[in-house]
Amino acid sequence: MKLKTLAAALMLTAGIPLAAQATDLEVTHWWTSGGEAAAVAEFAKAFNDGGDKWVDGAIAGSGGVARPIIISRIIGGDPMGATQLNHGRQAEELVEAGLMLDLTEIAEAEGWRDLVNPVRLLDGCTVDGKIYCVPVNIHSPQWLWLSHEAYEKAGVAVPANWDEFVASAPKLREAGIVPLAMGQQSWQTQLAFDTMMVAVGGIDLYKSILSDKDAKAAASAEATAVFEAYAAARSLSEGSNVQDWNQATNMVITAKAGGQIMGDWAQGEFQVANQVAGEDYTCLPGLGVNEVIATGGDAFYFPKNDDPEITAAQKRMASQMISKEVQVAFNLKKGSLPIRGDVDLTAANDCMKKGLKILADGNILPDGVNVQSADTQGQIQDLMVEFWNSTDITAADAQKRYVAIIEDAD
Amino acid sequence: MAQTGRPTQLFRNMSAKIAAIPMVLTALVVFVGATLWTVYHSFTKSKLLPNSKLVGLDQYERLWSQNRWLISIENLAIYGICSMIFSLVIGFLLAAMLDQKIRFENTFRSIFLYPFALSFIVTGLVWQWILNPEFGIQKIIRSLGFEEFVFDPLYNPDIVIYGVLIAGLWQGTGLIMCLMLAGLRGIDEDIWKAARVDGIPMWKTYVFIIIPMMRAVFITTLVIIASGIVKVYDLVVAQTSGGPGIASEVPAKYVYDYMFKNQNLGQGFAASTMMLLSVLVIVIPWAYLEFKGERSRG
Repeated sequence: MKLKTLAAALMLTAGIPLAAQATDLEVTHWWTSGGEAAAVAEFAKAFNDGGDKWVDGAIAGSGGVARPIIISRIIGGDPMGATQLNHGRQAEELVEAGLMLDLTEIAEAEGWRDLVNPVRLLDGCTVDGKIYCVPVNIHSPQWLWLSHEAYEKAGVAVPANWDEFVASAPKLREAGIVPLAMGQQSWQTQLAFDTMMVAVGGIDLYKSILSDKDAKAAASAEATAVFEAYAAARSLSEGSNVQDWNQATNMVITAKAGGQIMGDWAQGEFQVANQVAGEDYTCLPGLGVNEVIATGGDAFYFPKNDDPEITAAQKRMASQMISKEVQVAFNLKKGSLPIRGDVDLTAANDCMKKGLKILADGNILPDGVNVQSADTQGQIQDLMVEFWNSTDITAADAQKRYVAIIEDAD
Repeated sequence: MAQTGRPTQLFRNMSAKIAAIPMVLTALVVFVGATLWTVYHSFTKSKLLPNSKLVGLDQYERLWSQNRWLISIENLAIYGICSMIFSLVIGFLLAAMLDQKIRFENTFRSIFLYPFALSFIVTGLVWQWILNPEFGIQKIIRSLGFEEFVFDPLYNPDIVIYGVLIAGLWQGTGLIMCLMLAGLRGIDEDIWKAARVDGIPMWKTYVFIIIPMMRAVFITTLVIIASGIVKVYDLVVAQTSGGPGIASEVPAKYVYDYMFKNQNLGQGFAASTMMLLSVLVIVIPWAYLEFKGERSRG
């Protein structure tokens, strides 16, 4: 008995200096759906195992809700330990204002430039030759998710591309199934549009409009075809009155809807619902037409802090996030692709393998989030969500307004 | 008033004046100062962080060419006019009914005032559920046998703003009723007696005698309603988040979205300056008339 108390007391005294070294870091992110929360728990586990403490600061909503909160905290002088953002334009001004921690030192020591694949992801983190963020995954929005059960009910084969999907829609309607599930948030309608631009308009059109901001391309006949296809998709989604993307995914999982255009993060939801890729659901990258993916993704930024202990912990977290084990554990749960080419992903499912193959073949595109400013994105989102919800706007009107936005884009 | 030139005037009530200094400073620095700062920056190209690159009226030109801004203004006008009229009319009618010396007046008063204790966020969510076609009013009426009944204002872009209006009225009318009731109670009993002796019907007494006597109460009420209208934001965010599409957007939401979500402070400032301008256009003539009226009466 006495021995035990003594041992406990010893442990306690020994534990105190250890705890003093451990640092609490608050991490803000907007990963709150089932699959996302499971993935972020992997980061937290790895960080806690290292002796520090992960203080979870999840912000419900979506990027659009969370980002203003995150940015106003950083600008307002109450920085968190680390935060999720999409790399590229969103944090540009914060970096330029000197509010973010420079990670170049560890990046060079660990040779990030050699192991990050595609290396463009790291470029998104680089401002004036210095690295300010850790890319953690590759997400591509260009996917069509299809419910096998819904097609079985309707008595048609599961489509293999967008045209077949459109052709099968009337059968689904007859069976009382909404052909296309669509959440009513503006970013989702924009995502669908960008995806259809790749599938219907082709890769060159996508690149010249998004990367080069070429207003002539936006006014071209190819773009008109995209708008017409988009208008057709609008009528396919009639009857899907949901808001969040995961509610729309849930319509596909429960066979209330035939399909959904959504990024590969939808995969996490299918996994949580115990669905098997290829058996219960099918995924078509690039809507099955042009098998390419845009390599957007999430990254973690570390706001500058005066406390050297916190800075040290931030650097520990940064190198952990990019390490092999954490990358595998995180991305398997998240349904996204890892940012390094040298990890073993035998556990990956059907859909992830499709993605990995496209990545290995180099069929990649820049993502809108990374090349357009938040301002331009916001205007496009407003236009798309207005178009999607009001049938009196014709495809031609929408295109005219789209061209005007691209003309002023920065 | 003629002797204001005397220097001692300045030092009269010195302690009261010193006590007022913090509030005066706050008003000057926070309200006036921040307003001027905002107006100045609405002429710049500020993005995520404010800067001083002047671009003239560019932000305003862009603002007025945005469909979303025009819809916001239209929605605010519909919401504003309707909520002004309906909350005054309903509030006054409720107050007049409660004033008939009915039983359980306290109970009714509490019931009508109760929604005012809820925030706009809660109000918005509650009405989002009530108006949801799958488990709200539409569902109930359909289950009573009217299978074809359609009532889904929040999913119909043409009438969505009225769905928001219903929630706003439900929340705010109780307070208006209380103000009106207080006004009615302030009317001398003798006036009622005199009206009755003269055989004036009750509605005529209200319209031609009581309401004109309640002028001050009506003005207070109007100011309270109007300030609530211009800043309507949380109700829309909770109930529809501007949807479907952009059909229920309001100016305050435009300002917020541009300042924080789209990282375009200049555009947000331009929109908020327009909001300030519209308030001034209403307030200045009113204040002028009001205070001029006071003086000529006094």
